[in-house]
Amino acid sequence: MKLKTLAIGLAAVLTTVLGTGAALAAAGDVVIGDIDDLSGTYADVAGTGAVEAEKMAIADFGGTVLGRKIVTLVADHQNKPDIGASKFREWADQNGLNVVLGGSNTGVSIAMAKVAAAKKIPFFALGAGGASLTNEDCTAYTVHYVYDTTALANGTATTIVKSGGKSWFYLTADYAFGTQLQNAASKVVEANGGKTVGAVRVPLGASDFSSFLLQAQGSGAQVLGLANAGEDFSNSLKAANEFGITKKMKPVALLAFITNINSLGLQTAQGLYLTTGFYWDLNADTRAFGKRFFDKTKKQPTMDQAGYYSATLTYLKAVKAVGTTDSDKVMAELKKTKINDMFAKGGYIRADGVMIHDMYVMQVKSPQESKYPWDYYKLLKQMKGEEAFGPITGACPLAPK
Amino acid sequence: MTEIFGFPVAVILGQLTLGLVNGSFYALLSLGLAVIFGLMGVVNFAHGAFYALGAFAALLGLQYFGINYWAALLLAPLVVGVLGIVVEKSLLRRLYGLDPLYGLLLTFGVALVIEGSLHQFFGASGQSYPVPNALGGVINLGFMILPIYRAWVIAVSIAVCFSTWFVIERTRLGATLRAARENAPLLQAFGVNVPLLFAATYGGGVALAALAGVLSAPVILVTSQMGSSLVIVVFAVVVIGGMGSILGSIVSGLVLGIIEGFTKVIYPEASNIVVFVIMAIVLIVRPAGLFGRE
Repeated sequence: MKLKTLAIGLAAVLTTVLGTGAALAAAGDVVIGDIDDLSGTYADVAGTGAVEAEKMAIADFGGTVLGRKIVTLVADHQNKPDIGASKFREWADQNGLNVVLGGSNTGVSIAMAKVAAAKKIPFFALGAGGASLTNEDCTAYTVHYVYDTTALANGTATTIVKSGGKSWFYLTADYAFGTQLQNAASKVVEANGGKTVGAVRVPLGASDFSSFLLQAQGSGAQVLGLANAGEDFSNSLKAANEFGITKKMKPVALLAFITNINSLGLQTAQGLYLTTGFYWDLNADTRAFGKRFFDKTKKQPTMDQAGYYSATLTYLKAVKAVGTTDSDKVMAELKKTKINDMFAKGGYIRADGVMIHDMYVMQVKSPQESKYPWDYYKLLKQMKGEEAFGPITGACPLAPK
Repeated sequence: MTEIFGFPVAVILGQLTLGLVNGSFYALLSLGLAVIFGLMGVVNFAHGAFYALGAFAALLGLQYFGINYWAALLLAPLVVGVLGIVVEKSLLRRLYGLDPLYGLLLTFGVALVIEGSLHQFFGASGQSYPVPNALGGVINLGFMILPIYRAWVIAVSIAVCFSTWFVIERTRLGATLRAARENAPLLQAFGVNVPLLFAATYGGGVALAALAGVLSAPVILVTSQMGSSLVIVVFAVVVIGGMGSILGSIVSGLVLGIIEGFTKVIYPEASNIVVFVIMAIVLIVRPAGLFGRE
């Protein structure tokens, strides 16, 4: 009896945890699934803000497509690949799922891409960095939308090396993403005549970075490459600043979001180089979107959140154009249409699934240069999509070299 | 340059100093845990959450009431300590006399509630707390540049640790506290208000966690999860020092901070597990911990 009660209780808890905001879709609705990190490290980068952006896109589109109502399902993958994949599968089997957006976290995205291929449902990978999603892990239904490790490295590393930062020391998060990022960056650095002086692999979630930074300083390198993300990035930059290392070495973020800069403050983050796929203060269109987003969330959108808006519209436009939600027809349409909205100008989805669009190399402003709230970046270089994402590597069978 | 085991002396001295800074945090946190375990027999899993609360109290105090760092050093532990007393009076109290496992589960639940609420209200990306002006800047030690604030952390932590040790091991109040652990009914028969003593002990232990939170606020980003990984390391420190041993937790906190610092140079990938390896060895060789009584 006791066991039974416990089992029921556990089941109730699990349902609450897993079933976040899953609205019931009626047959005939167009169902957009959103599986992302709503409670962990990336919750501020994508999370509920991304859900908001997606809803804005649906509202802007008119709420219906082909005369069918557009509904959204939302789930928290908790950064666990099995949860992301099983939610995807469940919705595909039971809820008439048409497309999935989300997947911050490369590991989860790879697991979700496998389900996308098996169920033949388009998957827009937003927020995950791993370039493997469109290389060895590519599928016919994956679209990698916002940025990847290749684009980040090409953007930031190329700019720094060309401006004289020849010798690099990396502070690398000791997991797949960190090493992929470091490898991508060092390849670019070396191709441009720079060199890697050293690297230290830091366990994920370290509480103190000063020991590692002292090693970086001891290396005599000109550039401090931060191949980490989220809290690790923030804490390492904070400590680099405190120990006066940023005065001697050029700090370079291989992945930073505007929310990171916001939480660090310009005093600490000033001078930092980074690459982003979107910035709210680029032009009139981005500012208009930024303002609408800010009114709802009290924050400016990250590149992921802006990407959610754009990806949702892109999908719906494709459905409208082909007059069906049939995945193969929609994918074919997606791969031949140009994307023009506030996020991308003349963007297109390549055969391997990468959405090619311009990337922006930025430098963080000093507190004196910043004139109004969220005035954080100055644009150093607008990089053409082809240059940023590089040529097709041939690792994806869909896109031979 | 002179070298020891292939490492320049400057590097060794530098890591020694940084290890001491981290060790100070470990010592302060494990001290609170040891006080709560040693005097109450409660395994306080909510320690990391109270640490985060301390940092948030300082941050919110500054943002909303203009309370500066120095006042926060006193006020944040006080506020969090009172909250600890509320938890003890309303929840923890009901579990005395039961298996310690129940206390562990309860405090773990409390930690989830606190961290979840902080996450809900303040988001995941965290916020910065400025280094107070008087402690800004750096000292050049010759072998390294040490931010003044880090030196301050070492000083405060050592002062607080040893005064806590002194109060508990060398004063009449401490003797009464220890007596309550040994034989509460007898002490109560002498007219001592034992329930109040327990509440104050828990509040005090939690206040130490909050103090560590305030101290670390200018160093790392203030986030809801800042204590959750730290608390595991700190538990290992307490186990190595000997469960409930005040002096053991202080000494092992400092020493393990230093050992961890050297691991970061010799084999960085292992720096987050070295403490647990040492814990395993200590448990095999001396199950009661280095300073524990068998």
